[in-house]
Amino acid sequence: MNSEINNFISKDVDVLGMVVSGSLTNGVEVKLKPERSVSEIKVGRYVSIEAENLKFFGVVTDIELGATDQTLRVNPPEISNPFIANVISGSTAYGIIQVEPMLILSQDDLDSIYGPQPAKTIPPHFSKVSLASDEDVETVFGLESDTNFWLGNPLDMDTAKLCLNIEELIKRSNGVFGKSGTGKTFLTRLLLLGIIQRGVASQLVFDMQSEYGWKGFSEDSKEVKGLKQIFSSKVAIFSLDEESSRRRGVNPDYVVRIGYEDIEPGDISVLKETLNLSEVAADAAYSLERYFGPNNWFKEFLALSGGEEFIDLARNLNINQAALSSLKNRLSRFKRFDFIDESGGNDSVTQILSYLDRGMHVILEFGRYGSDLAAYMLVANLLTRRIYARYAVFAEKALGDPTQQPTPLVITIEEAHKFLSPDIASQTIFGTIAREMRKHNVTLLVVDQRPSGIDDEIMSQLGTKITCLLDNEKDLDSVLTGVSGNRKLRSVLSRLESKQQALIFGHSVPMPMVIKVRDYGTATSYGDFQIEDTKFNFDEDNEDLFGKKL
Amino acid sequence: MNQDNRIGEVVESSSLQFTVQCYDLYKSPNIGTLVKCGTDPQLFGIVYDVSNKSMDPARRPVPRGRDENKEEGVYLSNPQLNRLLITEVNCILVGYKSTEGILQSPVSLPPRIHSFVIECSEEELREFSSTLDFLPLLLESPILNSIDDVISSFLIKSSKSHDDKSRFLIYAGKELAFNLSGQLIRLNNLLKRISK
Repeated sequence: MNSEINNFISKDVDVLGMVVSGSLTNGVEVKLKPERSVSEIKVGRYVSIEAENLKFFGVVTDIELGATDQTLRVNPPEISNPFIANVISGSTAYGIIQVEPMLILSQDDLDSIYGPQPAKTIPPHFSKVSLASDEDVETVFGLESDTNFWLGNPLDMDTAKLCLNIEELIKRSNGVFGKSGTGKTFLTRLLLLGIIQRGVASQLVFDMQSEYGWKGFSEDSKEVKGLKQIFSSKVAIFSLDEESSRRRGVNPDYVVRIGYEDIEPGDISVLKETLNLSEVAADAAYSLERYFGPNNWFKEFLALSGGEEFIDLARNLNINQAALSSLKNRLSRFKRFDFIDESGGNDSVTQILSYLDRGMHVILEFGRYGSDLAAYMLVANLLTRRIYARYAVFAEKALGDPTQQPTPLVITIEEAHKFLSPDIASQTIFGTIAREMRKHNVTLLVVDQRPSGIDDEIMSQLGTKITCLLDNEKDLDSVLTGVSGNRKLRSVLSRLESKQQALIFGHSVPMPMVIKVRDYGTATSYGDFQIEDTKFNFDEDNEDLFGKKL
Repeated sequence: MNQDNRIGEVVESSSLQFTVQCYDLYKSPNIGTLVKCGTDPQLFGIVYDVSNKSMDPARRPVPRGRDENKEEGVYLSNPQLNRLLITEVNCILVGYKSTEGILQSPVSLPPRIHSFVIECSEEELREFSSTLDFLPLLLESPILNSIDDVISSFLIKSSKSHDDKSRFLIYAGKELAFNLSGQLIRLNNLLKRISK
């Protein structure tokens, strides 16, 4: 049989089609080969484009149906005849994919040592477009290593591993977003696990629902191991609610107690919206602090009986009596929190820091207080403010003596929009950390389902954003603002599957990547983490056992 | 028809087409048949029209079977008819054989008069139809209106010479679709004929 028919018959499994048009700003248009169906290609799939002496690496951003004859729409052919349907599809009616060339992989051995470079040009007409191979993915995203953590696989590429450079990731604050039930918690747990495994930072996790420490539950109510069960010697569980911890079979390493003297007016300002306080009422806390003194104001204020005494105080502070009364009512709620102790706290900050100093990871479980946003925000803000202040001191010391550099710290907060909304982002310590980046070696991992509620400036400072499915327009805008090619990423993002898929873009990845998040919760997955841990921490363990190499 | 599939000789030719007078009355190839003629170079044509007529254009045949029971009786009673009537075949030129193999492109010189015309074997048909570069020649042919019937007949015949008949037809269909972009109704009708 002649080569022409052979060419037609032979199906090169990887070749998709050829570049037929495009621009640097809009990406290139690829006409699919007749035997390729649009339905076999998904948005977010990686492709490689072979140009004359360059190889481009790109991502499918859109899929279209084209026709050589515009009357096809009004007079469709007789597709009930399978032969006609077979002929028409791929010829008169064909598929088009839009590809965004993201990187150039050099074919030259000498140049390849610089790694993939951002694509500043586009492939010429008729360049061959193929599905990216596992090797291409490895070249772009790197192999698993002591800094690269395997987070998942590319779409439809189960054998290729997508790795995240954890060392780069923790250099800036990052965000995990996605609407409820899309796997944010699983993804966050994996990231926390990656940071623990690679040993590049200590972590403080404000575990609202108590699902990271000892155990969590999957969507189908299956129990999954928490970080403490996998890395028992590296993770410490702190608890605000010892009773709840013990009920869940967890033996906390430390029970956190907060004294009245620990609470500062700034902690109350953050709770303005949550406690439904007016501006005047929230600001009254500062006047109270001045009046009663920094350590006593909270205790003295709550101890006021009311009546004449209260009226006098309002008059002395020149504050509306109703505002002061509303502040007292709201703050009285804190008396119900068992972890707040009138007689004084137990210096939890020092305890947390002592664990962090040892390179351990602290997970603070909230137990029954996890459902009380005011409690969560109060504690997270209060502890972080103090820890950050200590880190600032460490960082200053390190300026004089670089060997004193503190271990980088990553603080994980959930419901981040409550801490970082435009109204209060400038007042909370989290806003400061996010803006200052890693000035004092402290960064954030914010987890949220409503990124549109977070201040724009903070969003723009997040280094890497890991986003599960989002379908709210405002949330999509918020996550993608300032990202190049955001129109295309938007279409990718809104079409993610509702589970186990995420789009990652930003500082620590060479290009936006869509991943199928790796499994977590099966015996095999736990085994993989332990094998990786042994593999990548061998040197560290060796040093622990036999001392540092001279 | 002779054993070597020789059907007749060229009696009229141009660089686009040629006319063959068959050796035997009514013994002609069907429309869409691939034929070859000449030797240097060997030319290929596809039958697009077959006609039976009087050898002398001035002498039109008249009815002769009033007293016959069967049609054959007319010819038995008038044996001269086999000499006075002829079968003519018109073919469109679609390519030629060069040292590089079969080239499907317009020919530069028409076949010589009296060139022997031979119906191609199945093997030759398979070789010729393994590429369909001549389709635009036929589709754009100014010669006649019913060229689509010729194309469909040729493709159906050719498909039978290939091992995988249906795959050949899909290949041919896609070639037609490529060449008939913007002529969806014509393409649809052609494909319907091929698929029967």
